[in-house]
Amino acid sequence: MNEVRAEYRAHSGQQPLVRRGPRVLFLVAVLLVSIGLAACSSTPSAAPSTTAAKAKSSPSDPYAQVDLHAPAGSLTGAGSTFDQPFFTKAFYVYNQQNSGVTVNYASIGSGGGIEQFQANTVNFGASDVPMSPLDISSAKGGQVLQVPVALGGEAISYNLPGVATGLKLTPKVLADIFLGTIKNWNDPEIKALNPGFKLPSHSIQTVYRSDGSGTTYIFTNYLSTVSPTWSSGPGTGKSVSWPVGVGQKGNEGVAGFISTTPYTIGYVELAYAIQNKFTFAKIQNAAGKYVSPSLSSVAADAAQKPAITSVDFSIVNEPGATSYPISGYSWALIYQLQKSATTGKTLVDVLDWLTHAGQSQAASLDYVPLPANIQQLARTTLLQVTGPDGTTKLLTTS
Amino acid sequence: MTSLATLSDRPGTGGRIRRFLAVPDGAYRGALGAVAALFVLLLVVFVAALVVQARPAFAHFGFSFLTSTKWDPVHAHYGVLVFLVGTLETTVIALAIAFPIGLGCALALAFGIPERLRVTLGPAVELLAAVPSVVYGLWGLLVVAPWVRATIEPALAHITGGHEPFGGTQLGVGLLLAGVILSIMILPTMVAISRDVLMAVPEVEIEGAFALGATRWQVMRRVVVPGARAGILGATTLATGRAMGETIAVTMVIGNTDHFTHSLFGTTQTMASLIANEFTEATEPFHLASLIAVGVLLMVVAAVVNVVARLLVRSVSRQGALGMGVL
Amino acid sequence: MTVMAVDPVLARRAEIQHIAEATERRRQLLSRLALLACRACLVITLIPLVALLAYVVIRGASAWDWAFFSHLPTPAGIPGGGIWNAIVGSLIIDGMAAAGAIPFGIAAGLFLAESDGRVAGALRLAADVLAGVPSIVVAIFAYALLVTHGIGHFSAVAASFAIGILMLPVIMRASETAIRGVPTVLSEAGYALGARKATIARKVVLPAALPGLITGVLLAVARGAGETAPLLLTAVGSQYFSVSPTKPIAAIPLVIYGNGIQAYPDLVKIAWGSALFLVVVILVLGVGSRLLAARLRRVRHD
Repeated sequence: MNEVRAEYRAHSGQQPLVRRGPRVLFLVAVLLVSIGLAACSSTPSAAPSTTAAKAKSSPSDPYAQVDLHAPAGSLTGAGSTFDQPFFTKAFYVYNQQNSGVTVNYASIGSGGGIEQFQANTVNFGASDVPMSPLDISSAKGGQVLQVPVALGGEAISYNLPGVATGLKLTPKVLADIFLGTIKNWNDPEIKALNPGFKLPSHSIQTVYRSDGSGTTYIFTNYLSTVSPTWSSGPGTGKSVSWPVGVGQKGNEGVAGFISTTPYTIGYVELAYAIQNKFTFAKIQNAAGKYVSPSLSSVAADAAQKPAITSVDFSIVNEPGATSYPISGYSWALIYQLQKSATTGKTLVDVLDWLTHAGQSQAASLDYVPLPANIQQLARTTLLQVTGPDGTTKLLTTS
Repeated sequence: MTSLATLSDRPGTGGRIRRFLAVPDGAYRGALGAVAALFVLLLVVFVAALVVQARPAFAHFGFSFLTSTKWDPVHAHYGVLVFLVGTLETTVIALAIAFPIGLGCALALAFGIPERLRVTLGPAVELLAAVPSVVYGLWGLLVVAPWVRATIEPALAHITGGHEPFGGTQLGVGLLLAGVILSIMILPTMVAISRDVLMAVPEVEIEGAFALGATRWQVMRRVVVPGARAGILGATTLATGRAMGETIAVTMVIGNTDHFTHSLFGTTQTMASLIANEFTEATEPFHLASLIAVGVLLMVVAAVVNVVARLLVRSVSRQGALGMGVL
Repeated sequence: MTVMAVDPVLARRAEIQHIAEATERRRQLLSRLALLACRACLVITLIPLVALLAYVVIRGASAWDWAFFSHLPTPAGIPGGGIWNAIVGSLIIDGMAAAGAIPFGIAAGLFLAESDGRVAGALRLAADVLAGVPSIVVAIFAYALLVTHGIGHFSAVAASFAIGILMLPVIMRASETAIRGVPTVLSEAGYALGARKATIARKVVLPAALPGLITGVLLAVARGAGETAPLLLTAVGSQYFSVSPTKPIAAIPLVIYGNGIQAYPDLVKIAWGSALFLVVVILVLGVGSRLLAARLRRVRHD
C-alpha cells in the first residue's frame, strides 16, 4: 500500500498518464481524416469528357455511374468467384501489355454481379449462369449481351482407403449415390464397374456445396440430364435441396472434408482437384467411354456444341469419345449500347483479348481454354456492341 | 488518478479544450440523449430497410415461412423452422460450455493468479477474439473435426451405447463440433468483460469479507460474483449475441443439412450460416427476399432471447450491489 | 479424558473451537479445490488458443518475407506478391470505423450508466439485438444504404460504416459496465466540489473506468478488424493501392477469405500469412493496452 501511495504522490505533481490517451486518439483521428481528405482531393476528378458524357445521361439518374465516365483506362467488373483467379491473372498481364488500362474485378458472387450490372454500377458483370429473361428485363442499361469467357470442368473426388484414382462410375450410379439409393461402397452396381478395385463395405458419405454456386448448377444440371429421378426431384440450381449428404462451404470446404474424412465423395472444380492432386473418378460419357476430367477432355466436350446461346447454354453430357461430361461456361455481361465510346472501346478490346490471346493465361491456372468455335462466338457477340449513337461498332477486327 | 484539485480548470496545455468541453449540465444530458436517440434511430432504419427487402417473402409465403421445414430454392419453397431450431441448439450448447468455463476463467484471472501473469494471459484470451472467423472454420474442419471423429465421438457414443443424443454416424462435423467451436469463439467476450467486472467490485467489501474469516472461494462466491452479477449478465448477453450471429466458422463445421437432427453428432444448419452460404449467389425468385427475411427473423429471435433473459434474472433477484436496476 | 470440574463456558468454547477447526479445514479445502477448478478453466481456455495459434503460425510463418509486407498482390502463379495495399486499406477502414464508433459508443455507454429509464432500457435492448445480428446482415444494410444508393459503387466508407455498426454494441455495453463499476464515492466528491456533470464525466468517471473501456474498445476493434462479410459487399477488395474512401479498397480479412478459398497453394500461403499478421497485431495491441491499464489500476487503488 505504501508503494502505491508513493507512486501516486510522484505522479500527482505532473500530468496524469491518462491525459495522453485522449490526445493521442485525437491526433490519430485527425491524421486519418487528413489522409482521407488528401486522398479525396487527389483522386483524378472528372475530366472534361466526364461532364460532357454525364450531360448525356438523365440528370435525375440516382445511379450516377462514376466509373463508366472515368478516363478510358479504368474498368470495373463484378461477379462470379469462379472467374476470379483467371481474371486477376489475365487483367494483370493485359495491364503489363497495355499500361494505362486497369481492370478492377470484385468477386462478390454471380448474384451480386448480376445485381451490380443491372444497376449499371459496373462496366461488366460475370456470372456462372447466364441472366434469365426476367433478369435482363430489369437491367437498366438496355439490351444485354452475354459473352462466354471461361470454361471449367468438375472432378468427382473421393476418399476411399485402399482405392487409388480412377474409380469408374456411370451416370446412373453417380446419380443414385447422390440420391441416396446406392448407400454402400461395395454395392453390386459399383463393384460391377470396378472389378479391379477392392471396395470396402462402408456407407457412402456424400458431400455437396452448401453455398450457392455455379459449380453446383453444372453438377445438378448434369444429374438432371442423366437421371429422370433427379430431374423430377431436387432439380437443377445453384442451391438445391439435397436428399442425402452434408454440405460444406466452398471448394475448400468440400475438399477439406473429403481429404480428412474417409468414405466420402463429392464434386469440386477441376482446377482445385488438379492443383491439390486429389483422386477423382472416371465418368462414363454419352459415347460410353470412361473419361477422366482434364483440360483436354473438358475442351472436347465444349467443342461438341458450338451453337450455344444465353438461353441454351448447357454443355453437360455432350457426345464425343473423349468428352468429359460435367463441364460448363462462365459468362461476361455487357450492355450492347455503350454510353461512352472510349470506355466501350476499351471494354470490348479487353474482352476480345480475354477470349482469344488471354486464354493462354487460363490454361496456366488449370482453367480450360475456350475452343476455337466458342472464341468465334465471343467475337461475333462483341461485334454487336455499339457506341452511344447505336450504330458505330466498337470492335475493330484486324 | 486525477487529484481533486484538477477538477477546477487550470491554465496549461489543453486548457482551452478542457473549458470548451466543460459544458453545462443541460447540454451534456442533451448531447448524450441525442446519441442514444441516434442509435435507436439507426436500428429502426436498419430494421426498416431489411423488412422492406424481405416483404416479398413474407407476403408470398405467409405464416408457412415460419413453420415449414422445406428450403428448396429450385422450386421456390422457403421455410425456416429447421434453421431456427439449429440456431437455438448451437447457441445453447455454446453457452452451456462457455458460461461456466468463461466465468471460472475470469475468476482465475481476477483472483487466482499473480498480477504479472494476468497482464500476459489477459490479452492472450482476448486474442481468441481477433482470429478471423474463416480461420476458426478451417482449423475446426481440418484439425479439430478429425480429432473429434477419432476420439471424442466414439467415447461419447460409448456412454449411451450408440443411442441419442450421441447416436448416428460419426463424422466429426456436426452440431457438437459447431457448439464447441462457437463456445471457443465467445469465450474471450465472456472472460474479458467478466474479469473486468469482477475486479471492479469494491475492495472494501472484499476486505470486509476476509476480515470476517471467509476463505477465498467464499469471498468469490458470496461477495464478488453477486456484486458483479449485472456485468456478468452483460457479458453473457454479448456472448449470446455473438454465438447467434456467427456465420462462416459455423458453416464450415456444422454439416449444412436442411433437416432436424436428434443427435449431437448429427448435422443441421443455422439461420446465420444459411444466409452466409446462399446470399451472394441468390438469383432465383424470392431467394434473396427469403434470405433477408431470415435475417430479420434472427434479429427478432435475438430480441426475444434478450427480453426473456432479463425477465428471468429480474425475477430471480431484485438487485445487485453493482449496477442496481441495470435490468 | 480426565473428568474435571467442567466449566460449561470453557467446555462450550472448546467445542466451538473444535467445530471451527474442522469446518476451517473443510472450508479451506473447498476453497483450494474451487480455485483449482477456476485455474483449470483458465488452462482449458488457453488450450484451444495455443492449438489455434500454433496452426496459424505453422501455416503462415513461411509466407512472411519483405515482399509480403511491401508489395502489391500478384495473381496466382506469379511470385513476389504481398499485402501492402491490404494493410493500408485495413488501417483506413478500421481507423474510420473506430473513429466513429468509439466516441459514439462511449457516449452511449455513459448515457446507459447514468440513466435507468425506459429510453435506457430500449437502448440497451437495441444494443443487445444489434450484437446478435450476423455480420452479413449488417453488410446487406450497408450495401443497400451506401453502395446502391449513397455513393453508387463500392467504397471504403461503406465498409467503415458496416464495421462501425458491428463495433458499436460491444463498446456500448462494455463501457456501460466499466462506468457503472466506478465507485460512486468518486463522482459524489466531484459533485460536492461543484463540478458540472460533463466535467465529472470527463475527469473522474472516464479515467477511472479506463481499464474497462480499453477492454471493450479492444474487443470491438479486434472483432471489427477480423470481420469479412461486411467487407465483401462494401469495400470489395482491390488489386491496386488506394487510400480513397470512396473507391473499392483492399483489406486483410478479404485477403484471408478470398485467398484462403483458392485452389492455388501460393495464394493460400498468402492468406495464412495475413491471418498470422492480423493475430500478431491484435496481440501487440492487447498486451500494450493491458500494461497501460494495469499501471492505471495500480495507481487508482489506494
